[in-house]
Amino acid sequence: MSGPMRLADGGQIDRTRPIHFVFDGRSYQGYAGDSLASALLANGVVLFGRSFKYHRPRGVMAAGIEEPSALVQAGSGGRYEPNSRATDVFIYDGLQSQSQNRWPSLRFDLGGLNSLISPFIPAGFYYKTFFGGPKLWLLYEHLIRQMAGLGMPPTKADADIYEHRAAFFDVLVVGSGPAGLAAALSASAAGSRVILAEQDERLGGSLLTDPATIDGLSSDQWIAKARETLIAAGGRILTRTTAAGYYDHDLVNLVERLTEPGQTPGPDGLAQRLWRVRAGKVILATGAFERPRLFEGNDLPGVMLSGAVRTYLRRYGVRAGSRAVITTDNDDAYRTALSMAEAGASIAAILDSRPADGVRSPLVQKAMAQLPVHFAAKLIAAKGSAKGLKGASALIDGKVTALDCDLVAVSGGFSPVVHLHMQAGGTLAWDELSGSFSPDQTRQNQTTVGAAAGADGLSATLLSGWTKASAKAKAQAAPTCAPEDDVALNIIADWEPAPQARLKKAFVDYQNDVTAADLDLAWREGYRSVEHLKRYTTLGMATDQGKTSNLVGLARLAKSEGRPVPSVGLTTFRPPYTPVTLGVLAAEATGPHLDPRRRPVLYKTHAAEQPIWQPVGYWHRPSAYPVGTENLHQAAHRESLTVRTKVGVTDVSTLGKFDVSGPDAALFLELICATTVGKLAVGRGRYTIMLREDGMVMDDGTVWRTEENRFLLTSSTGGADRMAAHLSYVRKVIAPQLKVAVANVQEHWAAVAVAGPLARQVVASVLPQMAVPRHMSLDRGELAGVPTLTLAASYSGERAFEIYAPSDQIEPVWAAIAKAARDLGGCLYGLEALEILRIEKGHIVVGGEIDGRAAPHDLGLSKMLRPAGGYIGHTALLRPALAEAGRLQMVGFEAVDGSAIPEGSMLLTAPKTLPVGHVTAAGLNVIKGGSIALGFLRDGFSRTGESLIAWSPTRNQTAKVKVTTPVFYDVAGVQYRD
Amino acid sequence: MLLIACPNCGPRAQAEFTFERPLASIVTPTETLPDLIHKLFTRENPRGPSWELWRHTYGCAGWLKVHRDTHNHQISAVVRVDTETPS
Repeated sequence: MSGPMRLADGGQIDRTRPIHFVFDGRSYQGYAGDSLASALLANGVVLFGRSFKYHRPRGVMAAGIEEPSALVQAGSGGRYEPNSRATDVFIYDGLQSQSQNRWPSLRFDLGGLNSLISPFIPAGFYYKTFFGGPKLWLLYEHLIRQMAGLGMPPTKADADIYEHRAAFFDVLVVGSGPAGLAAALSASAAGSRVILAEQDERLGGSLLTDPATIDGLSSDQWIAKARETLIAAGGRILTRTTAAGYYDHDLVNLVERLTEPGQTPGPDGLAQRLWRVRAGKVILATGAFERPRLFEGNDLPGVMLSGAVRTYLRRYGVRAGSRAVITTDNDDAYRTALSMAEAGASIAAILDSRPADGVRSPLVQKAMAQLPVHFAAKLIAAKGSAKGLKGASALIDGKVTALDCDLVAVSGGFSPVVHLHMQAGGTLAWDELSGSFSPDQTRQNQTTVGAAAGADGLSATLLSGWTKASAKAKAQAAPTCAPEDDVALNIIADWEPAPQARLKKAFVDYQNDVTAADLDLAWREGYRSVEHLKRYTTLGMATDQGKTSNLVGLARLAKSEGRPVPSVGLTTFRPPYTPVTLGVLAAEATGPHLDPRRRPVLYKTHAAEQPIWQPVGYWHRPSAYPVGTENLHQAAHRESLTVRTKVGVTDVSTLGKFDVSGPDAALFLELICATTVGKLAVGRGRYTIMLREDGMVMDDGTVWRTEENRFLLTSSTGGADRMAAHLSYVRKVIAPQLKVAVANVQEHWAAVAVAGPLARQVVASVLPQMAVPRHMSLDRGELAGVPTLTLAASYSGERAFEIYAPSDQIEPVWAAIAKAARDLGGCLYGLEALEILRIEKGHIVVGGEIDGRAAPHDLGLSKMLRPAGGYIGHTALLRPALAEAGRLQMVGFEAVDGSAIPEGSMLLTAPKTLPVGHVTAAGLNVIKGGSIALGFLRDGFSRTGESLIAWSPTRNQTAKVKVTTPVFYDVAGVQYRD
Repeated sequence: MLLIACPNCGPRAQAEFTFERPLASIVTPTETLPDLIHKLFTRENPRGPSWELWRHTYGCAGWLKVHRDTHNHQISAVVRVDTETPS
């Protein structure tokens, strides 16, 4: 025995394997195969949690994933998981679980006082508080956050491992109830490879609650045989696996749980797996949800769905009460009544809302012979507390009648589970009698079978699965069940509560505490659209997404509107079907694996110098090479000063590089580059800019003519991938007629830049046999036996060279140049010094001044443009708006009050005025000292000398600045020339 | 996620591809200013089948013309960019 409510025998639990677990600090015992809900019920626990808004006591309502009320948190630390359904957690030894949203304890919960003030928190409470002014809302918000909510969020990083897997099958079957198994067997028999996903830990679906005889076998035997047959045919069966989302072109995401919430995984550390399944055909055998009904106190512990009562009894061997009232609009609840009676419970009443003069099925007749059955009867109220039910009142034969009971089993009919069908873009058909939507048209390669398709009775369910799974399937070959197991529902949907029921205590959405009275109030306040009603009342917006509540709510709205349910409309079914942990969606892509990390070929060489690293896009590059106790700022300043006065060496291997060759190479580059290219002499190069089609600057770089029909084009590191795509686009789409080949040689060539007054001396010493090239010229040479290409170009404003060598041979080249520079008093410099030097020279950079909004003339580059035009972006530059006054133009700024210009600040003419521009890059005057910056200013070219305020509200820093031209060093441009 | 039948590689997941633009909005170097402005800023957003330019960026890197219905994502044709297609 594992508790007072457990039957002596029966059920699908393993009584030889006791399991010990903890709930709210108390130890309990259950058996292998128990859900947390069944194990707690067996132990006599009725109170599982407190409700979202009113802190009402809540028990367990369902036995499956649709459970709205019994939410628990499980595990701790890196394995803590909130908001798990107690019905969807299978117990394991050591399970630590807790109830939620209660303080200080579940039984004595101060928030329960909210129940007393519930008249003052009506529908749309949140919306209404917005009208009270911002101060009032801040107070409310504080209180709401204290009192309302579900589980606490985790505070530790996830300790587990998750993975993704792709799978391709002929047929995916979702759900392993009788319809799903019949469908899988049918598809398999027709030669298809089948993958079957079942969210439960065992196959069988409704057969686990209602065992039957199928094809002469017990359902257990039939399930076991089906499993063997499918696997023998090469199929795959995944249990504890939920089809969470159905996406375009028949992609279905399955989430496979390898551990229960809070459980430590096996040695591989894998907690969950996301399957991305692309199948030729998808069969949805997702079953149906039983619906609750509206009566007063329908949320109290002890009120359960009828099918759930039967599941606990038959699957788990737990009798949820000893004296039950059944309220139903269909035949299925009679199976609950009869099985409870058989298990020794007394049945206080079966309240059947169907009319007294209907045709009775044999099942109903059997119940009428031994149990108190009342037709046209309704439950008015369940009465009870956190300790359980204390009775009920019902409307029987027109009279209010008191009933003694400790359990109310509710069946308000069944709603087919159409979530995946709807996610796949399907449509629904409405059946007024049973009050249910079932799948109608499909847009993708899927079909719905069994109860999810509205099949009624086991025989029809098996037939539906078998025949719809395969075009070859013959109806005669379908599995058949014994006649006594074939129970039709005969639903006559009745949404109307008894007139005596107080609707302020009749809940529609249990998880978000939405009552029938709330819906009526929202309607009176004018919320007629189902989408508005949902957002105003929060109906169907909790973690269960209204699985049990939506249709009850819709029917209520339809009644207020005086319209049929389908014309009121449905809210959208969105993935995921049940909550999915973010960990399994991210899988390996977390922490350092979030993005690929690209290391320059000289990475290890740099690492030996112990630099400060900086990510640049995917690249990791040295930001500075500090000496001794230098910080980044000090190191970068020393490095830039060394470049200005002696010589510095830096790694520029990550620059974009493209080899452009062929008879039309020059013509091609004149499309790409907005500058002249064709006139370049062999062995010469030039600075160039590339424009987008809309005329804005996309990137900058250099273009070199290495041979008559061969060019080397460089572009920025960060823009290299975009430039590669752009070159491909122009070559293949815009100008396919050109005879040109483009090779991305970004990682073929590594490159070392040498800059400073002594740079020429360094190059002469390491490449003695080569004449040092003039500014913007190139020459080939050989260094330590490695062929090199030396480009004379300056980014820093000093005399500078870039020495290219094949990546796999760059080590000795770098070593020789670094040594030569250090011998002359030079140093290595990193990105920070590079940035300081380029700001001082007013060179633009992608992501800074090249921000996608600046045309060449905004950057002061219009003189570079090729007068003949013909380049991409040329036509767009004629747009009149680009010539209008008020454009942001690039200028420089100097701090005049001795303070540092804040990075990213806005520019104001006076305090508390609207900004007239912004700072894109802040740096310093390397030799003279003082803070300088580049940025954009409205009509900036004509505002030189003006005083402005650079203000950064986020950094809370201010500097007084003077507008200057954007060149702060060597304005005449003599330093970098020969 | 769409399944796109690359003529070079076979059916592949959308994640391998990048959408470039509707085919009708390709700007040629000789475009007039009004045409350019129309193609860049005031182009149609058709509901229904239309030709689009895609690239199999993380596959063969080829440029493709894709005939896709913007309403239901049905793809009726995928051809290489140099294939003539009805406009």
